[in-house]
Amino acid sequence: MPTDALKTIGFAAAVCVVCSIFVATSAVALKDRQEENRILDLRSKVLLVANLAEPGVKLEREVVNQRFEENLTATVVTLGSGERADLDPLTFNQRAATQDPDLSEAAPANPAKVSRVPDNALIYELLDGTDVERLILPVQGYGLWSTLYGFVALSGDLETIEGITFYEHGETAGLGGEVDNPRWQALWPGRKAFGDAWQPQIEVIKGNAGPAETDPYRVDGLAGATLTSRGVTNLLHFWLGENGFGPFLDRYRAERGIS
Amino acid sequence: MNKAQREALLDPLLNNNPIALQVLGICSALAVTTKLSVSLVMSAAVLFVLVGSNVAVSAIRKGLPPSIRIIVELTIIASLVIIADQILKAFVYDIWKQLTVFVGLIITNCIIMGRAEAFAIQNPVKLSFFDAVGNAAGYSLILLAVAFFRELFGTGRLLGFTILQPVNEGGWYQPNGLMVLSPAAFLLIGIFIWLIRWKRPEQNEEEFHVGGLLEPHEIGLLR
Repeated sequence: MPTDALKTIGFAAAVCVVCSIFVATSAVALKDRQEENRILDLRSKVLLVANLAEPGVKLEREVVNQRFEENLTATVVTLGSGERADLDPLTFNQRAATQDPDLSEAAPANPAKVSRVPDNALIYELLDGTDVERLILPVQGYGLWSTLYGFVALSGDLETIEGITFYEHGETAGLGGEVDNPRWQALWPGRKAFGDAWQPQIEVIKGNAGPAETDPYRVDGLAGATLTSRGVTNLLHFWLGENGFGPFLDRYRAERGIS
Repeated sequence: MNKAQREALLDPLLNNNPIALQVLGICSALAVTTKLSVSLVMSAAVLFVLVGSNVAVSAIRKGLPPSIRIIVELTIIASLVIIADQILKAFVYDIWKQLTVFVGLIITNCIIMGRAEAFAIQNPVKLSFFDAVGNAAGYSLILLAVAFFRELFGTGRLLGFTILQPVNEGGWYQPNGLMVLSPAAFLLIGIFIWLIRWKRPEQNEEEFHVGGLLEPHEIGLLR
């Protein structure tokens, strides 16, 4: 082999080794910090939707963790049967389970474009003794460009919405991205998620809805973001319905004598 | 700092701006300019990657075999981009969430590759460093100017602070929906290019004729 070719191969190898050392070092050195950030972000969103934090106020890391651990009980539930699963909520990763064919199933065709449903899901409860004050359920579904990931909180009657929030989405800033706007999120508390037969009925409409007392099943649409608004309706209907948390909610209501 | 270094640093701001004159790096200028905070972080990331790649390419330029020049440059740039993304994820998580897709696309930002190929590969390390800082600053200048107008008129806010009280928050300002969409960045960049060329007419390109080397009146004769 000519020396030129050898030199070229050697040079390429050296570049690769040096670059990979840098990349690997940064990824490994920063991993703990990144994971902490991810959990912190998720926890602040759960606090927000549980009404344990003010929107727009950035809390210190310690405060978030303290409030979260003191107030909320995490539980893994089996979606199909609605029973509590014997899995550790600290290590259960719902996103990973949704991707894993052994831990999830293909979803029936649905307007929220949820393609797979995990066998188990992670929920949070704000308990007062044995009474539930708030039940926080993870939701996800397609908007216009992206999958929205978030939480919806129900109050103790398991019917009234206490809040909604999204922790990850790729909707257009200023249009669909306004799902993050605290003013829009403030329209949700007090509205009813379910109709008379416990069918999901809450709907994001085009235009403005009335106050929660007189117009409980409808929420203002996001101006200029009809498809994102519809996506929010669809994902709530999916996760509050029979293919999502329906069986769990049936059981939960029966346990508490709510009909 | 000698004259060559000062030129390398300051020329890309207005005289030879990578976006306005060379019209490079347009895609990211469309994508990350809806908010000023996001543009600031993007500018910092581009500065980091551009300085890193220019310095690295310049440092190895003498031993670099010409046949694998481009792929080596690309390897260096891609590595720097991954590192930048990891750092953002660890330190500014909220902004990283919005930006990560576009940070990945810095790899394909023509400015980075362009400076490595056009400058760093034939100039000493120190001069290449100044060239990188200058070009990153020129890129940031346009990016931040576009983001300033888009955030202000699109949402009424700047860096998240309300400047023009929007109607849906009980104020008087009706946000301009066009500003939050990508075409607004095109319009604004177009306006900036026009302003710079109006002040510096030497940047105007020769008008292009279909006849190639023929003079305009000669084209008429051919008909």
